[in-house]
Amino acid sequence: MAYPAALREAYRGELQGIREKGIYKEERYIHSPQAAGIDVEFPRGAGLKRVVNLCANNYLGLSSHPEVVAAAHRGLDERGYGMSSVRFICGTQDIHRELEKGLTAFLGTEDTILFPSCMDANGGVFEAVLNDQDVMIADRLVHASIVDGMRLCKAMQDTYKHADMKHLEQKLQEHQDKRARLIITDGVFSMDGDLAPLDQIVSLAERYQAMVFVDDSHASGFMGKTGRGTPEHFGVHGKIDIITTTLGKALGGASGGCVSGRQEIVDLCRQKARPYLFSNAVPPPIVYAAQKVLEILSASTERRDKLEANTAFWRKGLKEAGFVIKDGESPIVPIMLFNAKLSQDIARDLYAEGIYVIGFFFPVVAAGQARIRTQLSADHDIPMLADALEAFKRVGAKYGILGLDKKGIIEKYGL
Amino acid sequence: MKDVILEYVKNEYLDEDEADEIGLDENTPLITSGIVDSFSMVSLKRFLEKKYGIAIPDDQATPEAFNTVASIVELVKRHQVGKGA
Repeated sequence: MAYPAALREAYRGELQGIREKGIYKEERYIHSPQAAGIDVEFPRGAGLKRVVNLCANNYLGLSSHPEVVAAAHRGLDERGYGMSSVRFICGTQDIHRELEKGLTAFLGTEDTILFPSCMDANGGVFEAVLNDQDVMIADRLVHASIVDGMRLCKAMQDTYKHADMKHLEQKLQEHQDKRARLIITDGVFSMDGDLAPLDQIVSLAERYQAMVFVDDSHASGFMGKTGRGTPEHFGVHGKIDIITTTLGKALGGASGGCVSGRQEIVDLCRQKARPYLFSNAVPPPIVYAAQKVLEILSASTERRDKLEANTAFWRKGLKEAGFVIKDGESPIVPIMLFNAKLSQDIARDLYAEGIYVIGFFFPVVAAGQARIRTQLSADHDIPMLADALEAFKRVGAKYGILGLDKKGIIEKYGL
Repeated sequence: MKDVILEYVKNEYLDEDEADEIGLDENTPLITSGIVDSFSMVSLKRFLEKKYGIAIPDDQATPEAFNTVASIVELVKRHQVGKGA
């Protein structure tokens, strides 16, 4: 053991630097199950406060749904707590394969392989199927896990301006000499809540002989008329070569993810993807619960319909109140404040009003693009959202930003 | 060279009219302002290598060296000299 004092000092200095920049992340303790209404201890040691949760990825309100919880219990009772093994040694139960088949049918692909998380799926898939004769062309706002996965892969990396199809086409033309071209995008972008134009992307991919990769983590289960995700929303269901998604958001909210797509790509992941090969199988309670989620979503669109209605109410209400929001159709609704301190001040005041939201600023989002990101859930109801809207209006009025456009807010608070 | 690189930065990283809005010139910070991030910097490095027939080692393709068009020009010139020698 050697933990030199100088190294300890260096680490402390780094932590202090993070604090001084005002980007030190503090966990807030929640003392209740994940839901639209939660009991939060914040700051640490304070009494519990009941707040409306507007920052969870619990889009369909299934994280604590009684049928999902009961299914997880059944998984625990019938198949145990964990597998104590990776999949290919002695970690695969029949239920893992059944869930993979269930996801394949749900996503409209050829096959699926489970990963411990979607972060792992994105970390493993590129390296498993591309080599130095290939190129990856990614939207510049893709999720950090995709950026990491691309860095682990030997294929050439390139990027295109966010959702800019002209720029993507230019890149596809530039890389016609490559063995394979893979266009990489999120389905719904997590910070802006906007959608990748998958219909146009698929058509460019067909024209320039490219494969398409979509991370649909913020869409699976609710985007599209039957919740199959952004490919369904854009009428290109079944045309995406690689979909990655998570079981950690709308589809139950615990953990787990997958790569779903062309048969050979899934087969290669099973042989070569390192996060699959070197980490444990998804635990049985999660597998049972995820199957139950698919069953619930296949039986009825009620939950995604409610989420859609909540989203429409929320977007309309914020706009009418005079907030600047990022337009879109997804349940991720960013309220633009541009100034970092303003985003922190408003988030703090909203918490005092019983609304749990987080202010995001550089480097999590681009400089001068500070915001409060709100996320809707099917677990919210309209009266709850109407009350939350009133709280937003009160706080917005306090800071004098209602009715101001981007220029007005920047003039008042600076960047 | 400066104008060629400015033109590339404009087309590769900025939307229409954005270059005029921010008054892009050789001293505009690219990395620290968030116009170019480490993820999208790769294509700029590749462009410079191809255009000027040089190889920039990864340890020299730093955010500092790429932060302004002026510093990029210096970097490229250094490598062009090295190549000629």
